[in-house]
Parts: sequence; structure tokens; C-alpha cells
Amino acid sequence: MSVLLLATLAVALAWPVPVLLDRARWVRRAPGTAMVLWQAVALAGGLSLIGTPLAWGLGPFGDHLGESLPAFVAALSDGTWVDRLEEDVWMPARIAAVTGAVLLAGHLVLTLAVTAWRTVTQRRRHRQMVELLATPPAERTVEQAHTRVLPHDVPLAYCLPGLNGSLTVLSQGLIDQLSEREVNAVVAHERAHLRQRHDLLRLAFESWHRAVAWLPTTATARRAVAQLTEMLADDAALKSHDRTDLVRAIVLTGEAEGVARGTAGTDAGRTVPNVQEDGSVPLTLRFYRLLDPVPPLSLTVRLGVIVTALGLMALPVVLLA
Amino acid sequence: MALGDLERSVMDLLWDRPGPHTANEVRDTLAGDLAVTTVLTVLSRLEKKGLVQRDGGRRPHRYGAVSSREDHTVGLLNEVLGSVPDRQAVLARFLGGIGPDEAAAVRRLLGD
Repeated sequence: MSVLLLATLAVALAWPVPVLLDRARWVRRAPGTAMVLWQAVALAGGLSLIGTPLAWGLGPFGDHLGESLPAFVAALSDGTWVDRLEEDVWMPARIAAVTGAVLLAGHLVLTLAVTAWRTVTQRRRHRQMVELLATPPAERTVEQAHTRVLPHDVPLAYCLPGLNGSLTVLSQGLIDQLSEREVNAVVAHERAHLRQRHDLLRLAFESWHRAVAWLPTTATARRAVAQLTEMLADDAALKSHDRTDLVRAIVLTGEAEGVARGTAGTDAGRTVPNVQEDGSVPLTLRFYRLLDPVPPLSLTVRLGVIVTALGLMALPVVLLA
Repeated sequence: MALGDLERSVMDLLWDRPGPHTANEVRDTLAGDLAVTTVLTVLSRLEKKGLVQRDGGRRPHRYGAVSSREDHTVGLLNEVLGSVPDRQAVLARFLGGIGPDEAAAVRRLLGD
């Protein structure tokens, strides 16, 4: 029975739940809370995806993994596992299920490790180049120790998380084309990404997507989490900077990016929907909330969502144990 | 001077004054009192990183930048803008994330 519940959970978290969460409008009123929920959905989804075939495959050894796993390991070591399984008509399928579950678990861990390793090495290499090519900002108004300016006309800003000190990189074009207040809003936005370690969240959902790319909702989750990190950084920047300054800065870099790519609007896998037939562009939630601020969700509702998220994470464990 | 700063000074020199230089010439142009062996160490580190090339054959070896400062900057920019596959997530680029279409739409809303 618990295997059936677990399978239902796996299916729900693999498809309808992420799709609904992606469409939910309330996330703009509580991006931090929504982020916790996305993490719970991914974690519980992964656990139930591995746990379902494992629990079913080991069914002949017990009703729950807490019981069947030790029994199976004991049977493996004394060689009686074949006898136990031979009584079962589903034996080949059960062996395949257990093997599949073990392989999937290994695949997830390995993908995370490989993605993390590649990220660290590529970032280190990128940073070496930045240190060679860029200079600390001349303007005293910008914090100099952790900021670098690249000599290029395209206005752009990004951050480079690192183990020994993170960098915010601005282009000379950004400093030239934006007002001082707009530049400072951008820097505050990037600093928030670094301070809140948004790179780790993105890394986790990136490797989750790479590992299970056949599941389209992993791409949904990756995009949604990326947008939530933007909302969180916007909120942090707005604590000390003007809303209009931030919006103008984002718009300018967005426009320049299209020019720099030379492929405006044609880039596959963009985070932004393309132009509609009537010529309008559906704005992402991030801009709705920037242009039309709504009060945050009440503490009660947010607590309710957090409790739901914790329950979701506990559910596969409870069903398996 | 830290090794990183030295690498930077050497690259600045090779970028600003094209044409291969010997380690002695590099040392003479750089400020400070550097040993030639130090300069050679820095040059071979930069060579390993693919930034500097050494012309083969007769000694003393001559060193030059593999490509210009501008080319390297454009290379970085392409990584950041995601023209290089798989790099975007790696770099955790942030302020972007908005396409030109949406940028134009927001600008209209702002009444510019």
C-alpha cells in the first residue's frame, strides 16, 4: 500500500505539482517561501522517484524499506536472496526495479558532483581572466575591493561567486550609460545574489535538470528557481535603492544583451516568452511585481506554506521507513 | 608583488607593446627589481594558461601574447552572455535574465 502511495507521490511531484507551482501567482508575494517549496518538491520528488522502484523491488523482503533493506542485505550475504525471489513471479521486474533505483541514485549523486566540479573549475578560470583584464572601479562611490570593471561598451553586470572572496563584475559600458544611482542599485542586486548564495540553489537545480533531462518539469523548476533568485535580489536591492533606478538598469542591460548577441528574440531556451501575435510581450512575474508592487503574503500563509514544504519532504521518508 | 599582480603586469606589457620580447626585455620594462628567473616563471605560468606563446628555436626565447586584450574581453563576454554552451549556469549570471523583447515592453510601460 505504501508503495502505491509513494508511486502516486512520485508522479504528482514529477508533473502536476511543478506545473501548478510554476503558474502560481502568489510566489511574487513571497519568493523566499516559494523557493523553500521548490526545494521541497525537488527533494521529495527525487526521493520518491528512487524510493518507489526500490521499495517495490524489495517487496518480497518486507513491506517497508526499513524492514526489507536489512533483510535483503542479509539475504545477499548468505546467498539466500535467489531462493527468496524465485518464489515470486515478478522476479525479473523486481531485479530490474532495484537495479534501476540504485543506478538512478548513483546517477543523481554523480551528476551533482560533476556539475559542481565543472562549475568550480570554469569559474576559477573565468576569474583569472577577469583579474587580468578588469580593474577595480575608479569611482569611489562603488565599493572597490570586490568589484571589477571590464573594459567593454556593452552594459552588463554579473557576479562571480568564489571560495576565497566573490566578485561583482561590471562593464565600463554599464558605468558610462547608467546613472550613479542606477549602478549602485545594480551592485546591490548582485551583492544580494552573492550574500544569499543563489549560485548554490542554481547549481542544485541545474544538476537536477542535467541528471533527469527527460523530465520536462526539471527545466521548469530550473527556470522558476532562477526567476525567484532574481526576485529575492530585487527585494534586497530595493531596501536601500530606488525602484525606478533598478528597473531602468535592468531594462538597459536587457536591451543591450539583445544587441550583443545579435540574435534578439530568436535564442532558444530563453527565460522570457516571445512576442505574441498582437505584438505584446507577456511580462514575467518578476516585472509585474517590480512595476506593480503588491504587499507580501501574510506571515500566517507563509508559515503554512513552509509547514507544507517540510511535510512534503518528510512524506517519502515516512512512507519508506 | 604577488604572483597574480606580476602576471597582470606582464600581460599588460605584452598586450600594450606587441612583438615578442625576451625575458630580459620584459624584466627591464617592468617596474621593480625583479630577477629574470622570476619573470621566466611568470611567463611559463602564463604559457600554461594559454595566454602567452613562446617562439621556438634559438635562445633567448621570445614571448608574446596569444591574442589581444580585446579578443579576450570579447571571449569573457560571450561566456557571460551564454553564447558559450553550458556556461550561463556556471557563471550564475544575474542581472540579465530578461530578453530584449521584455526590456522593450517594460520601457514602453515606463513611458520612455
